[in-house]
Amino acid sequence: MQIDTMTYGDTLVVRLNGELDHHTAELVRQRVETELDRGYRHLVMNFEGLAFMDSSGLGVILGRYKRVTAGGGAMALCAVNDQLMKLFELSGLMKILRMYPSESEALAETGVA
Amino acid sequence: MDRSQFINNYMELKFASRSENESFARVAVAAFISQLDPTMEQLTEVKTVVSEAVTNAIIHGYENKEGMVSIQCRLHEGTMELIIEDQGNGIEDLEEARQPLFTSKPELERSGMGFTIMENFMDEIEVVSTPGAGTRVRVVKYLKNPSVARH
Repeated sequence: MQIDTMTYGDTLVVRLNGELDHHTAELVRQRVETELDRGYRHLVMNFEGLAFMDSSGLGVILGRYKRVTAGGGAMALCAVNDQLMKLFELSGLMKILRMYPSESEALAETGVA
Repeated sequence: MDRSQFINNYMELKFASRSENESFARVAVAAFISQLDPTMEQLTEVKTVVSEAVTNAIIHGYENKEGMVSIQCRLHEGTMELIIEDQGNGIEDLEEARQPLFTSKPELERSGMGFTIMENFMDEIEVVSTPGAGTRVRVVKYLKNPSVARH
């Protein structure tokens, strides 16, 4: 799992490359938490390079959603493929998370691009 | 003509209950069933289900202690049967465990979606669990419909 982060104003962008499962979930969780601790308010997660995800990934996403929204921020996902979308539909996450085709569109929505 | 419906094959796999073996398990099963020439969607669904069942065995069955997880995979007339087994803690209340969003480990940020995903991605599912003795998950997926494939 390769995790790249970028920042735009008070928005943190996380790009995941690899497979998000129980084995890599803790790594992703810790990295995003560490970055959010620096004071970023909004979070955009880019799944363009994500080759696989299971319910462990849903747990990581839901956990970050709770933290970001509790702090008054917004969270958005981008580049979500059909397979990922099925997991978001099943879990009900699709109803609470904003999804955009690309990172730039997600950033425009959080008001920083 | 698609001959994959006539493939009859079987494999067994046994590995230590370590999280780094989750990706090994799903890739091994995906490689084995690829002889049926499944669609990308079917392949991803099978990988996801293997990942869910193996993760359950590691986190809940063995609670991250060392144990063995076994997988049996049978291909018969276009159908895949998978059995994923552990000799771990077992599940006290199966009905509760299979409820969407139920998790016995919320502190670990588990989503509680494992069984729901297995039910949705497979055509049949059967879970047998004995507290103190282990859990056996059997799933079936119809990868090739013989009546369709014959044309």
